[in-house]
Amino acid sequence: MKTIFEEHEAGRGTEYLPSRKVDLGAYLPAGEIRSELPLPELSEVQAVRHFTGLSRRNYGVDTGFYPLGSCTMKYNPKINEDTARLPGFAQLHPYQPEETVQGALQMMWELQRDLGEITGMDAVSLQPAAGAHGELTGILIVRAYHESRGDTARTQVIVPDSAHGTNPATAAMAGFEVVHVPSDERGGVDVDALRQLASEKTAALMLTNPNTLGLFDERITEIAEVIHAAGGLLYYDGANLNAVLGHSRPGDMGFDIVHLNLHKTFSTPHGGGGPGAGPVGVKAHLRDFLPMPIVTNGDGHFHLSYDLKDSIGQMRSFYGNFGVLVRAYTYIRALGGEGLREVADDAVLNANYILSLIKDHFDVPFDRIPKHEFVVAPPEDLVRQQGVKTLDIAKRLLDFDYHPPTVYFPLIVHEAMMIEPTETETKETLKGFADTLNRIIDEGRENPEYVKTAPHNTVVGRLDEARAVKQPKLLERLGG
Amino acid sequence: MRFTPHTEEDRREMLRQIGASSVDELFSDLPAAVRLDRPLNLPEGLPESEVARLLSTLAARDLDMGKYVSFLGGGAYDRYIPSVVGEMLRRSEFYTAYTPYQPEISQGTLQAIFEFQSLIAALTGLDIAQASLYDGATAVAEAAMLAWGQTGRERIVVARSVDPQYRAVLRTYAHGRGLEVVELPLRDGRAAAEDIAGAAEGAACVIVQHPNFFGLLEDVDSLVKATHDKGALYIAVADPISLAVMRPPGAYGADVAVGEAQGLGIAASFGGPYLGFMAARQAYLRRLPGRIVGETADKDGNRGYVLTFQTREQHIRREKATSNICTNQGLMALAATIHTTLLGPDGLRQAASLSIEGAHRLGDGIGRTQGVDLAFSGPYAFEVALRGKASVKDVQGAMLKAGMLGPLDLERFYPELPGHMLLSVTEKRTTEEIAKLLDVLQGVEA
Repeated sequence: MKTIFEEHEAGRGTEYLPSRKVDLGAYLPAGEIRSELPLPELSEVQAVRHFTGLSRRNYGVDTGFYPLGSCTMKYNPKINEDTARLPGFAQLHPYQPEETVQGALQMMWELQRDLGEITGMDAVSLQPAAGAHGELTGILIVRAYHESRGDTARTQVIVPDSAHGTNPATAAMAGFEVVHVPSDERGGVDVDALRQLASEKTAALMLTNPNTLGLFDERITEIAEVIHAAGGLLYYDGANLNAVLGHSRPGDMGFDIVHLNLHKTFSTPHGGGGPGAGPVGVKAHLRDFLPMPIVTNGDGHFHLSYDLKDSIGQMRSFYGNFGVLVRAYTYIRALGGEGLREVADDAVLNANYILSLIKDHFDVPFDRIPKHEFVVAPPEDLVRQQGVKTLDIAKRLLDFDYHPPTVYFPLIVHEAMMIEPTETETKETLKGFADTLNRIIDEGRENPEYVKTAPHNTVVGRLDEARAVKQPKLLERLGG
Repeated sequence: MRFTPHTEEDRREMLRQIGASSVDELFSDLPAAVRLDRPLNLPEGLPESEVARLLSTLAARDLDMGKYVSFLGGGAYDRYIPSVVGEMLRRSEFYTAYTPYQPEISQGTLQAIFEFQSLIAALTGLDIAQASLYDGATAVAEAAMLAWGQTGRERIVVARSVDPQYRAVLRTYAHGRGLEVVELPLRDGRAAAEDIAGAAEGAACVIVQHPNFFGLLEDVDSLVKATHDKGALYIAVADPISLAVMRPPGAYGADVAVGEAQGLGIAASFGGPYLGFMAARQAYLRRLPGRIVGETADKDGNRGYVLTFQTREQHIRREKATSNICTNQGLMALAATIHTTLLGPDGLRQAASLSIEGAHRLGDGIGRTQGVDLAFSGPYAFEVALRGKASVKDVQGAMLKAGMLGPLDLERFYPELPGHMLLSVTEKRTTEEIAKLLDVLQGVEA
């Protein structure tokens, strides 16, 4: 497809604003006025066809099955799109007086309260813009908490070897040294190793539960005791909360701080890479460290409160990705508590169902009941003898109109494929996907070259990523 | 509402296949001590018709913006958005997709980001741009981290005339890395090159917004020179709308440009989701935070786009990554790309020109109005800072009564500016609306 720069033709633009001539020289010093502005000009129809064309070269949850592990690509209800665009929400300016935004503040206050109930936390900030931003908020709270106690020798954050890359990156951004704790043979945290690592230097342990292998850490209370006994805090990465909604709450597992991904668990669309939202919940003893403002409710009115004495400060402009919050609130009201528990039930049922259908065709590194997702690898002999790897299987799935699972993550499983079906898929879809995976394994044995050169039916074939770095072209300019 | 499609028969069959007797059995490894033994205490679920009613009722408790004229700005603006933008954003192939990890089926998102990077580079006059950041404030903070990584210096200098939200977030981020933040004081509402000489000794960067938070034009040439004299990076903060008509950061010597692109087709939406951007000189490519898209080809020579230079990023580099950012503001970058494509150079220039003209009509009027005065001298655009005899609260009340929103109370962020306030004019404000505002300002009793 052409780019907007290749579509450009001077003079084709459409009039959207009054064409009154303005003499900028009357207002700005001559040296400050720009003469050139090399932007493309397209007619409205051209632009509409261009972006419609781009959308057709994309694949979303509405296109088909998207079992991208750890990303919880569930269906995004359309009512959420309508409510977020209600003029009473979408047109509000963030600096409007409080009395003119009571509906918006009430929604936020209720969402803070509901997310607290869902996670077992006492106070919630809606400010963080995404999961990683929530992590940074949480670890800066860890830092501020220890500092407030004069406990400044705590320089380490412990992270499991199965953790998302954002965990260690976040700890470093908050000024901590990262210490890795290995996994045990059941896929959980190696508690003996953790005992060795936990010390007066430990600021926190960051943990995802169920973890990135889709396994619930059965020794979670023991882990919490080890960290708390060492004087550290326990941080919950909420990426996998979908698995335990209504069944178990991070607050009850012993966690002190939690971030959620509203664009995973609470059905807000991922937007092809955001916007997300990453609210952070804390236990009561950490409430005053939350970023400001938070929404409070007093004398029948809702307020933006800047009254947190130990606050880490502000994490972004204003109050959060408000439009995303409206969508998540809508979802929680639609499902209710019972509906949320059913989400976890079916997310776990669906993952186990796929696993049961493919386990004879794949290597299963941990023989346990997974939760909402699981990790497998192609059979070792297929990788070794035919050279068919996880990447090849992923690319071959594209030919069957599936989005592939997450691949090569977590790092502790060789040739990992991480499959998360979510709760919104039918039995037929799950079965069809499992059958296709099995068929690709069989095909890999019979005709390995065909699998290794997949995809065969997409608008472009495998792209040369090395070339993108060696001969970088990171943008286009008008006129080439 | 339920979005779980299984019938009881489906569940039975699936459990039979799994070899489990019940769904609860699949949760049997959760220790009793951590199980929730009661239902979640949430309102009961509702059918779609009731959810729609509930949310409409809540939204109706907010001011009906259809009946009010807004002169509020200060970092978020009421600009005209062509109908096409909203229409295209609802193409669900875009908004229901994840980050484009599988390029063969994500060429739409990838090419859109490539085009976004190209537009941001053109607007800022710099060599490269990345895929987006959460907002203008975090973009400023990330730029400071880039400068620290590049220079190894632990002092960040920021002009006090930079948006207070941005400075607040910068302080939060800087504390994490243990960096010191020093502010350049206001000199008639602006930063002064003389102040850089002392403050920027051993600094990683100097951060200046232009036009600044008060709408004032900074003397960027002298500021850039003073910054480079100290071996620090110059980080320009700019609204992309201003860049349609004003000399871009690349042309006056900035090393990095960041800002908030909400004005490019994104609703005010009570503060988010918005769109942070970052552009830089080529030399800083490997220090940029977040996603970057590049062009390449498949084995048949078909052009295609991929996420590239990923060795900077958290999923590869982990604790050594340039930032922890993963999910960014992809759909908002798409909105900005569509908006900029539609308006084109003429439309974007017109949006900026009409806004500047309107701001000056208001400013000139204030100069002729008793009881209010312009707060600062010298050239300005987009925003009008003023001070009056009446309290800011009284002005806000009088405007609200007249069907208008504004002004922003500057003392809230600048204790040294009591009684000062900020009004903003966009291309949507008509001559009549500005005249009416002047009448209201005239009528507020001190």
